[in-house]
Amino acid sequence: MPTKDEVFEKIQTALVDALGVDDEDVTPDATLVGDLGAESIDFLDIVFRLEKSFEIKIPRGELFPEDVLTNADYIQDGRVTDVGVEELRKRMPFANLDDFAKNPVVQDFGSLLTVADMCRFVEGKVEVTD
Amino acid sequence: MRWYWIDRFIEFESGRYAKAVKNVSLAEEHVHDHFTNYPTHPNSLVLEGLAQTGGLLVCEHGHFVEKVILAKVPKAKFYSEAVPGDTLTYTTTVEYIKQEGAMVSGTSYKGDELHAEVEIVFAHLNDPRMDALFDPETFLRMMRLLRAFDVGHAADGSPLKPPQRLLDLVGGEDSSAEGTEL
Repeated sequence: MPTKDEVFEKIQTALVDALGVDDEDVTPDATLVGDLGAESIDFLDIVFRLEKSFEIKIPRGELFPEDVLTNADYIQDGRVTDVGVEELRKRMPFANLDDFAKNPVVQDFGSLLTVADMCRFVEGKVEVTD
Repeated sequence: MRWYWIDRFIEFESGRYAKAVKNVSLAEEHVHDHFTNYPTHPNSLVLEGLAQTGGLLVCEHGHFVEKVILAKVPKAKFYSEAVPGDTLTYTTTVEYIKQEGAMVSGTSYKGDELHAEVEIVFAHLNDPRMDALFDPETFLRMMRLLRAFDVGHAADGSPLKPPQRLLDLVGGEDSSAEGTEL
């Protein structure tokens, strides 16, 4: 059973290997897209490394629910509707969507996921000790 | 020049790994173009050879349905140069194949010496406009030319055969069979 620190270290290694960034760049507050330069194809790579490292399965769309952002029921004029934001909150309990919800422009969504969010996501899938 | 950066497969285990060789020759024009008076097979083409070895492995596993393109190289380490006279042995091993894409890890050896290590991520392109680039006849021709069906095995251990889907698509007139112009 890993500790929270061990979860962070494994995620740090996965992101260093997948994104070619330095250890010190991978801080809890760093955003994957904005600070670490992740692009869409990197998420496939990152998900695989997390699955291997933690021996877990991450179905498509679980970490990054892209289907919500392409669903006409949840999007209007390039913005996520209130119903869409609620759906995102439901699907992403590990992420803090409060700032995004104030101005939910679809284009900005990719930039909000942080390393800390990713840690919480993994902690939701493996048993963790303090 | 043909864009073949491997010469032939020597092992091909469907969905698991593939091994191919690349002989570097002084007769190849490109070895003279990289550094003046210092013939060498550039690392970028070693990477391309590994991508062809791994890419066909991924394609074959999906019966050549998915359009497999090189999307990302998370790791590429080269420990020495490849020069004329070298025989490079490329081995690529499937790390995962998913709906969205795949990843292989790969090595290049010169004899017993580790020459390069790579990781390559492939994406599955979902765009019918690109169909022309993924002609079934071309895949059949490449696999035959590279002897994949001579040395390969399916997942159940039986000899590797061209997917029926590909044969159906090229119909009765399979001009990729041996003896035809490439």
